[in-house]
Amino acid sequence: MARSEFSRRLVVRAALAGAIVPLGRGAWVATAEAGPGRSGSGGPKRLIVILLRGAVDGLNVVVPYADAAYYEARPTIAIARPTEPGGAPALDGHFGLHPALAALLPLWRERGLAFIHAAGSPDPNRSHFEAQRYIENGTPGCSTTADGWMNRLLQALPGRRGPTDAIMVGPTLARILFGAAPVANLPLGPGDARSMPIDRPLLAGAFGRLYAADDALGAAYREGRSARARLLGDLAREQDIAAAGSPPPASFAARAARLGRLIGGDERIRLAFVGLGGWDTHVDQGGGKGQLARHLGALGDGLALLARGLGAAWRDTVVVVLSEFGRTVRENGDRGTDHGHGNVIWVAGGAVNGGRVYGEWPGLAAGQLYQRRDLEVTTDFRAALAAILGPHMGLADRQLDLVFPGAPPAGAGLAQLLAV
Amino acid sequence: MAHRFARLLLAAGALIALLGPARAADADRRVIHVLNRLAFGPTVDDFNYVKAIGVERYIAEQLDPAAIDEPIALRFALAQLDTRGLDAVALRQLYGPLRTVDGVRPTSAEIRARQVRAQRVVRQAEAARVLEAVLSRRQLQQVMVNFWFNHFNVFAGDGLDRVWVGNYEEQAIRPYALGRFRDLLFAVAKHPAMLIYLDNTQNVARGLNENYAREVMELHTLGVDGGYTQNDVTTLARVFTGWRVNPPNSAEFPGVAAVFEGSRHDYGPKVFLGRRLVAQGRAEGEEALEMLAESPATAHHISYELAQYFVADAPPPALVERLAARFLATGGDIRAVLASLFASPEFWDSAGQKYKTPYEYVISAVRAAGVPVNNVRPLLGWMSRLGMPLYGCQTPDGYQDTEEAWLSPEATMQRINFAVALARGFLPLGAEPEPAAAETGREPRRPDPVDPARLDRIFGATMSGSTSAVVAAAPPVLRAALILGSPDFMHR
Repeated sequence: MARSEFSRRLVVRAALAGAIVPLGRGAWVATAEAGPGRSGSGGPKRLIVILLRGAVDGLNVVVPYADAAYYEARPTIAIARPTEPGGAPALDGHFGLHPALAALLPLWRERGLAFIHAAGSPDPNRSHFEAQRYIENGTPGCSTTADGWMNRLLQALPGRRGPTDAIMVGPTLARILFGAAPVANLPLGPGDARSMPIDRPLLAGAFGRLYAADDALGAAYREGRSARARLLGDLAREQDIAAAGSPPPASFAARAARLGRLIGGDERIRLAFVGLGGWDTHVDQGGGKGQLARHLGALGDGLALLARGLGAAWRDTVVVVLSEFGRTVRENGDRGTDHGHGNVIWVAGGAVNGGRVYGEWPGLAAGQLYQRRDLEVTTDFRAALAAILGPHMGLADRQLDLVFPGAPPAGAGLAQLLAV
Repeated sequence: MAHRFARLLLAAGALIALLGPARAADADRRVIHVLNRLAFGPTVDDFNYVKAIGVERYIAEQLDPAAIDEPIALRFALAQLDTRGLDAVALRQLYGPLRTVDGVRPTSAEIRARQVRAQRVVRQAEAARVLEAVLSRRQLQQVMVNFWFNHFNVFAGDGLDRVWVGNYEEQAIRPYALGRFRDLLFAVAKHPAMLIYLDNTQNVARGLNENYAREVMELHTLGVDGGYTQNDVTTLARVFTGWRVNPPNSAEFPGVAAVFEGSRHDYGPKVFLGRRLVAQGRAEGEEALEMLAESPATAHHISYELAQYFVADAPPPALVERLAARFLATGGDIRAVLASLFASPEFWDSAGQKYKTPYEYVISAVRAAGVPVNNVRPLLGWMSRLGMPLYGCQTPDGYQDTEEAWLSPEATMQRINFAVALARGFLPLGAEPEPAAAETGREPRRPDPVDPARLDRIFGATMSGSTSAVVAAAPPVLRAALILGSPDFMHR
């Protein structure tokens, strides 16, 4: 579709809607220009963080099938070896992937997916609440940090900040994005308060007149409207483009696909965050099939679709999946697992040196476990993130210190994580 | 009483008619200002009341909350909240986390069930707070409860503080909110919720924890520039060693939640803020707290915060000085300091300049709309969405009180969404709180949209010209939302 025709369609749609959408700096005309395919290599770098709230069982995600201790500790919920039926597809000679994540195998083979095992927060806290706080504020052990590390990251990025640079997928702003820089809410799913009253043209028009003054409130209103108009414009545009046969709208997979298309189509969006629950498998966790498998299946499908949706922007995007801590090595009396320590961090993206499991594997023998029960943490999550943010977003050590004050430096083992 | 009130109203009306519309608008402005600051914004009733009796008399009344009768609806609603009568020990026993007893571990099912039960306590504490803020006629007391809770913040995250936060507010904050600062400080220091939140319960002679000692000086009393040193922090931590939560299986004082345990106390000599402490044992803590309460730095710090809350984000230094002097002269009498504040020219000059926090915005909108409130959960949800979950501030410095902290593009959008939802009657505020509804099987009442005429009665004379024009020109169905979502209404 010719560009001018595309813009005209949007103008017509807005006119039919009965109100002038307030134009921000650059506005939706620029959005139409930044169609899919325009943002490619050399475009701005993006980061998508997915936090699995509830402590996903990392040992069943990236399975240490070569460790006999794994099978001893998990008589009913271990994932079978690669050679066995229903077993974990082998990633390398030591680790396999949960079979429900089969959708990610092509990505692994294309070297666009990596894992960092035995990674996480050094803080011993096993409270979901406290540990998530530390993963989000970026200062494990210190609960008085009021802002989140993604907001500090946003402030550290060069250039002028606009209100859609960082987006929160979900109705309530997560702690990881708290801070001085403005963050926009991206209404993606039916549960995300998709259409707000302020989107309705009659109300938007009247409120626009109320907030017409040139003061702090007026500016905040206009920026808010502009951000929403921009995001809704993105949504409307990508809905036209969405292929037939999409996954059920309510699923994470569908949201992930749209998120990918949105980000791919709008260069202004630099950071995005999604929180996903349902991982706290204390009871009847299941092995190759079951509760965890079902959730992982949806997540894996979603990530694959996210990658596809990003299109050419995949080369400039890194997706990080992490959780506040891992789970116990040994299964409990309810065929599940309890709160643990070390977990696996997933890192995907066009610029990632994938096809490898990074990190220092501490082993699962009794003497190698944290407090004799959990996987040790041999890579601090901040070091892992710094190893990504430094090369990917061009941040100097000084800036990384602002994002993660007091963090240990990235080990040499992660130096190859991002392609230079 | 109603008869006399009606006569006053007629007299006030006649007086205003005589003065003409401009003077009437001024009079209304003073009424709105007082209700915006001493209350969580006007209701129709409060607006008429203050117009009738005059702002000076209203201020005097509000400074003496015990003499004000509360509405039946509020008293009835609070009486339904059965967990509020329980003391801290009972709350822990009935609703606190389950422990291993006689070597028997609770099962995960039992733990989960107990956590669900504990929700009741939290919900009732939240309901009480919001209902009082909306419905109480002792508005200044509610404003000060909110102010002091924030000043002496406790986070109701998990564990025992979840179950204790309501009790903390009722026992340690509310009774002293307009009393002597010293009494407030003592009550807070000794409440088990604070002992847990700032870790003093873990502060023992052989393992000092300085968290409470630091925050009580930095945040609660002297202020960050209050002239204390790191040595003072450590010494004060030693002073408070042994102030702990009484363990549940304790044989000593079984009915008491917070105790002083001499065996954990550091009895060594101490020099605190340049003075050698005379007292021994528990009394050391009390001596230290008295010193902190009496310090000029505390007078200044508290006066600054009060001036910031009631006057301006950057409070006029001269006002702060005068209030600090009053604080010292009256031995920290909060009521006296407030009386001076409300009489000051700075207070009267600052109308409409404070940007409402999410809590103030939500509560004032519900009050102005006059919507009956039974079910506070939607309001709590909106406070969270606006970034200010009730009892949800994790850091001990509490929620900020400035425009800089709260004004943002996203927040502006969300506030307007809230205004529209409230104005259109989409919030099920009148519904029975969930369990009750399920039991009675009653259909929730259809919500009524807010009548803009009601809002016009309160704000009509004082709205800015631009807002009035936009509201008047808008279709009637939008007007209530526009008023509640207007820039005018975002300020107090």
